Amino acid sequence: MTEGLITMAYLVSGIFFVLSLGGLSKQETARRGNIYGIVGMTIAILATFFSGEIKNFQLLIPLMLGGAVIGAVLARRVEMTSMPELVAILHSFVGLAAVLVGMASFLDPSHDLLEGTNRLIHDIEILLGVFIGGITFTGSVVAFGKLRGSLSGKPLLLPGRHFINLGMVLVSIWLGSEFLIQGKDEAWVTLLIVTGISLILGVHLIVAIGGADMPVVVSMLNSYSGWAAAAAGFMLKNDLLIITGALVGSSGAILSYIMCKAMNRSLANVIFGGFGTDGGNAGGVSEIEGSITEISAEDVASELKEAKEVMIVPGYGMAVAQAQHVVKDITETLRAKDVNVRFAIHPVAGRLPGHMNVLLAEANVPYDIVFEMDEINDDLPNVDVLLVVGANDIVNPSALEDSSSPIAGMPVIEAWNAKSVVALKRSMAAGYSGVENPLYFRDNTNMLFGDAKDTLSSVFQNLS
Amino acid sequence: MPDELYESQGASIIDGKESVWSSGDLILKVNPPTVEEAMLIKKGACLICFVYPSRNETLLKALAERKITLLAMDCVPRISRAQSMDALSSMANVAGYRAVVEASHEFGRFFTGQITAAGKVPPAKILVIGAGVAGLAAIGAARNMGAIVRAFDTRPVVKDEVKSLGGEFLMLDFEEDGAGSGGYAKTMSKEFIDAEMKLFAEQAEEVDVIITTAMIPGKESPVLITEEMVKSMKQGSVVVDLAAEGGGNCELTEKGKKIVAHGVTILGYTDLPSRLATQSSRLYGNNLAKLVKLLGDAKEITINQEDEIIRGSLVLDEGQLTWPPPKVEVSVQPQKTDTKENSDKQQHVEEKRSIFNPGLMLGLLSLVLLALGWKGENEFLDQLTVFVLSCFVGHMVVWNVTPSLHTPLMSVTNAISGIIVIGGMLFISGSNPWIAGVAIFVATINIAGGFLVTQRMLKMFRKE
Repeated sequence: MTEGLITMAYLVSGIFFVLSLGGLSKQETARRGNIYGIVGMTIAILATFFSGEIKNFQLLIPLMLGGAVIGAVLARRVEMTSMPELVAILHSFVGLAAVLVGMASFLDPSHDLLEGTNRLIHDIEILLGVFIGGITFTGSVVAFGKLRGSLSGKPLLLPGRHFINLGMVLVSIWLGSEFLIQGKDEAWVTLLIVTGISLILGVHLIVAIGGADMPVVVSMLNSYSGWAAAAAGFMLKNDLLIITGALVGSSGAILSYIMCKAMNRSLANVIFGGFGTDGGNAGGVSEIEGSITEISAEDVASELKEAKEVMIVPGYGMAVAQAQHVVKDITETLRAKDVNVRFAIHPVAGRLPGHMNVLLAEANVPYDIVFEMDEINDDLPNVDVLLVVGANDIVNPSALEDSSSPIAGMPVIEAWNAKSVVALKRSMAAGYSGVENPLYFRDNTNMLFGDAKDTLSSVFQNLS
Repeated sequence: MPDELYESQGASIIDGKESVWSSGDLILKVNPPTVEEAMLIKKGACLICFVYPSRNETLLKALAERKITLLAMDCVPRISRAQSMDALSSMANVAGYRAVVEASHEFGRFFTGQITAAGKVPPAKILVIGAGVAGLAAIGAARNMGAIVRAFDTRPVVKDEVKSLGGEFLMLDFEEDGAGSGGYAKTMSKEFIDAEMKLFAEQAEEVDVIITTAMIPGKESPVLITEEMVKSMKQGSVVVDLAAEGGGNCELTEKGKKIVAHGVTILGYTDLPSRLATQSSRLYGNNLAKLVKLLGDAKEITINQEDEIIRGSLVLDEGQLTWPPPKVEVSVQPQKTDTKENSDKQQHVEEKRSIFNPGLMLGLLSLVLLALGWKGENEFLDQLTVFVLSCFVGHMVVWNVTPSLHTPLMSVTNAISGIIVIGGMLFISGSNPWIAGVAIFVATINIAGGFLVTQRMLKMFRKE
């Protein structure tokens, strides 16, 4: 293939990627969007494949086939509830690939041929690519661990951690400037050290962020993986990589911004905040007077039967208990009885942006009865029974009523406005933010304790 | 109701005024006693009736001397728990209904419109001023008789209540919310009142019946219908003034009387509930019974000052004046102010963020780009152009993504950022095939996994 042909193939593939992201912003066009993405990727890979620059096919083909098979198996096997983990670990792969491509680019003989400004720019690009890639790699691995629960969700805060971070960045910059003037062998060592620092920095940054902020972290890492790809594009002088990296980078940045807004916090606050531990004392303000009322599954069932308007507010607890299917069964039964059942989704419910929507979709809940917080809040006073399934902070009235609360000002689903509230919960433990929830103590709230799947199954049996 | 009915329920009927007053420990009554009657009451007895403490000082003094415990039915706080004891509401309801009946009687025409062989009968037009309990009852009754009902209230929140009864809610093109505490409207500004009077003047020319219910507790009723307006009304029209007790909303109203002025009948009856005696007695009796139950029972009365309802209605505690009670905030949509504060807070936050306004950011970006153009060489600048434009495209394309698609969007962008595989492919034939090889391997996992899992997720989203 001629160079011109390859460039145009890359351009076409870039266009497909833009269309793909555009398609993914609406339900109706989402599937087409995904197809566009696949087409774009196929074109790009084929164009590179036949570009004539590749001679090492005996290594390339098995590697790609192996990767594709593993990817496909992962995609097939993953439970919808563990989607956040999958996304996080996939981000780490992009980071790792960016690091390796940067290194390969440095070690490539063609690198030695560059001189002057060209070489300078190229070296800076390599540094950036490796550095961002390194942070993405280990950061995503830590996020993966936290989401899986193999690492504690609590933020780990080293003393003076901002200074540690700053120090690491400064040292990297100093090493980087050395790297630019060193000879090949010395520079290689320096590059490895910088890579090492970026790996540690990635761990340290993400370890300090609490589990509840993972939606923001995951989308932030998504953004990083894009920037890493873009940096690789600069160093390879490859426009397609630049375009794609920039698209992914800005899309991830927007998602993080949306998430932060949903929690009424700034990005800086999420990244450096160590939420629920400093600023606002989480334990002290939570003295709540009053008592909680327990309710049995049978009573919940009969309450539901008599209701006209039912609202379900799912949270992370539903994901943990895998209760989405029984939620759907209850929904169907009630709808057959002419009860209007709707869902209210908080933007940061779960551990991944849009997590709840995916779970409900998996359980075959039609998306037109699933509403966003803003659409539904005004309607809540008309709701007869509101079921809170494993959600906590997102229905916490202190966000609006208690200005000293750590979650003050965060928009929440105003569940307490419903005529009757049933909260399903494993225990009375506080939510991820560590804030007590006065909702459970309200007169119109009843508690149904236990694993959401078990309790809801028993509600379902009593319904039918 | 014949006497036997009372006797069959265990009551004994006593003859003679004096023995009635002096024998009871607990006396339940409708209207306040006269001063002479008060002197007959047994010392230390408990009296429950309408009191109007602000207007009946001499009576209070007389009762205080006799060490009477006095509970005023008109002072029962208007909170949800006390609704069953709220005699003002139950009587207002009766009065509202009766007002329509009286109006219809005086009006001498159908309320409903009819087209008959003997000619066309236009429907009556009724204006109800004040959509409290009495106003709403009047709207409902008039609608049921077929009239066209218009209603006005200073509190826009009651609009839906008016509509739900089939009335038409008249709006002023003037923004001011008249919702005060205690379910009553507050006094409005001068401009508002002017606009309001203009509206009434216009309506007076059109409508056949005006029912006014604007009462301010303990104060003189505001004049809403001037003599001018009455003059402008059609001959044979009727004004029913439910606020006659406090002086009347109509300038010409005479308390307790029916008058005819300028061809318009003006009813100032203050005994409307008594004109539906059976119904009123039953309702008032229930109100009293509920209050007595709250006090314990008729044999053993305990005045629990901790209870808001008792504290609110208690005027004399064994002769001690306890009126007016400390102000209790009434439960009329308390969350409204909360959300307002909250939105204020949010606005504040947004203002703070506006340091990063788009103009400034664009300016900075342009400066950085210009600086780069000063030094950079051509190829790099071309790439930068592509990069910056792609960032903006990404921003535009992704900005409006629906929240339910956040997860699929993220997994697609994740797959797309696997484009870094191309970087690996370009180096696989170089000097370090294994470094590039690992990059290709992980990036392919990413591509395959990302696209397939997105496909799987999107398949689950369905619409009904």
